[in-house]
Amino acid sequence: MSLLQSLLIWPDRIVPSLLILLLIAVPFLYAARGPMHALIRSASRVVSNPLRLGARWLADAANRLRTRNLQVLFAHGSHEVKQTIEREFERVTTLVQRDLEGYPVLQRKLMDEITRIEEDYKKTGEVPLPPPEWVKAIESLAKIKASGDGVVERILAEIRDSLGDIYQKVVSEYRGAYQDRHRILKGFLPFWRSVNQTLAQVDRNITGLQVSAAKIDANVVKLESIAARGNDAAHALASSASTLFFVAGMVMLIAFGGAYVNFKLIALPMSAMVGGGDYITDTLQASEVAALVIILFETLMGLFLMETLRFTSLFPFGSITEKMRHRLMWASLTILLVLAGVEVALAVMRDTIISADVALKQQLGSATGAVRPEAGWVTRIPTFGQMILGFTLPFALAFVAIPLETFINSGRTVLGVGIELALQGLAFVLRFVANMAKEIGRFTIMLYDVLIFAPLAIERWVASYRDGTARRNKLRPVPPLKRAGGSEEAI
Amino acid sequence: MRVASTLTLLGAFLFVVACGPTANHNQAVYVLIDTSGTYVREMNKAQAVVNYLLGTINPGDTLAVGRVKSRSFSEKDIIAKVSLGKDPLAANAQKRAFSEQFSAFTKAELQEKGSRYTDITGGLIQAAEYLNETQAGRKTVVIFSDMQEELDYKTVRDFPIKLDGIRVVALNVTKLSTDNVDPRRYMDRLEWWEKRARTAGASDWKVVNDMEHLDRIFRAKS
Repeated sequence: MSLLQSLLIWPDRIVPSLLILLLIAVPFLYAARGPMHALIRSASRVVSNPLRLGARWLADAANRLRTRNLQVLFAHGSHEVKQTIEREFERVTTLVQRDLEGYPVLQRKLMDEITRIEEDYKKTGEVPLPPPEWVKAIESLAKIKASGDGVVERILAEIRDSLGDIYQKVVSEYRGAYQDRHRILKGFLPFWRSVNQTLAQVDRNITGLQVSAAKIDANVVKLESIAARGNDAAHALASSASTLFFVAGMVMLIAFGGAYVNFKLIALPMSAMVGGGDYITDTLQASEVAALVIILFETLMGLFLMETLRFTSLFPFGSITEKMRHRLMWASLTILLVLAGVEVALAVMRDTIISADVALKQQLGSATGAVRPEAGWVTRIPTFGQMILGFTLPFALAFVAIPLETFINSGRTVLGVGIELALQGLAFVLRFVANMAKEIGRFTIMLYDVLIFAPLAIERWVASYRDGTARRNKLRPVPPLKRAGGSEEAI
Repeated sequence: MRVASTLTLLGAFLFVVACGPTANHNQAVYVLIDTSGTYVREMNKAQAVVNYLLGTINPGDTLAVGRVKSRSFSEKDIIAKVSLGKDPLAANAQKRAFSEQFSAFTKAELQEKGSRYTDITGGLIQAAEYLNETQAGRKTVVIFSDMQEELDYKTVRDFPIKLDGIRVVALNVTKLSTDNVDPRRYMDRLEWWEKRARTAGASDWKVVNDMEHLDRIFRAKS
């Protein structure tokens, strides 16, 4: 029998029993109304006040976190832009050092070529000497008309012949001179080409410088906007960080797939090295751990390699000397190469183990003993594939360092924003629950009053009656005072 | 720096994990083959079972084959046994040698006449003794028999046996001609053996007559 049933007057008739119980309880409830109201209010405050306090604290924490996130975002963005500017300056420096340092030589070459061209040009301007003055005299003589005098005609014929000879000679000299000029002009071509190439090179360099300068300008503007700490810059940086985070995450996921393939490739043959059937934990075999360690080492060497090649800046390598950096780079590359070689060997071992296993199963499966197919070059393709994969994957894994750095850097921003949102959400939930508790308290008080509505109605009636009586007493006319003379007169 | 700390944590985790207590994951299987009476004709099936087991066991595991004859509680009744090495290639060679050894035994048994009596209990005690010595994590006795025990009057086997932590699998429990007359005999026989195995502390008892799906029994548990 439950507690409720034990309280019922007629257990089989619940509603009348409950009504009777309510009727019995109503006077007590009415009597305890004041303390009960106080108790309910207090109970709701006990719940709602700490929740409100917690909500306020969380909102404050979210605000502090937002400020901190912004600081980190700006600092990170500023660092990134500074690095970009630095790289552009390095590029410009390289360009200037490589090309502009050679400008005096280039200019000298250009001047020489121009002088040569100028000289040659001048040479082409030299014309052959005009025919001598006597030619004019002969021409005058040649114009003399034939008079029929034999001597004169003979003289004139000789003069004509002489003129013809001279004409032939002059024409041939003239043609020779033009040929010389054409030859000189033809000799211009390589110089023109050279000048053209030199000028094109200069143009390219100048254009490259202009592009770099434009990039530097744009980045400086970006840096200024970051330094101004404007909302636009914050939004741009945050959205850029989110995009980078997801892109880097995707790349990391792909890299993880590659690492998994690599793991599968070397886990089995590792059992030949560290022993199969040995377990480190309940589910983790020693060979699997060894394979995992090799992959982690490869990743680590990849990280160092990328770091020393300045592709990433995850480690504080700023304090080491350039020589040491080079040594570290070569050490990382060598270890990576050795590990890649080990993977190639393991790939071969894996193939051998699998082949032996397949052969054994074939033998066990057939009573007479199966005939093994002859191993041609086609059957060796998977082995070569595994070997190539084994050698390539460690180097592919090395490049994970780049997305990893982006992932970590952008992850700080994304995580910060995520925590901020979570804190705000939690603050909202706490505030909501606090309000709910408060409203539930009010609702309970009203419900309590509804249960004791009858005594409350009586109370109100009595109170209104008393009020009415008092009002009537207040408004009742003052009785007339009796005069000393005995006549009644109202005052 | 963050990466270095992450790797340090991972290393520490691996170290802690490596230093923690680990259970023995190796398994030991003892195949008890009935060579008595007419059941000796089932030797080819027994070879298939042993070959299947050879294909499934891993480096570090143990496999032994013992025979059930008139009196089977003897080391001499262990026909072949192998504890596989850690190297997969070496383990393969061991499996091959085991298979050849068992194959020779099968051929010899098929030529011979089966034993007169069937001492399954003696074989079980021998199997339990051997399996306990291996200290393997999972221990299994595969009884390849019709489970009809027949003892001569001198042999004493009516005492409680101990099979603590050992899984017992009765394989290819063929029906006798008397079982065909009254199937209750077959069922009672199996029930009696199950009760005996469980009373002896066996971790599991299973009867398998479908030889085509051995993987369902061995892969699921092993």
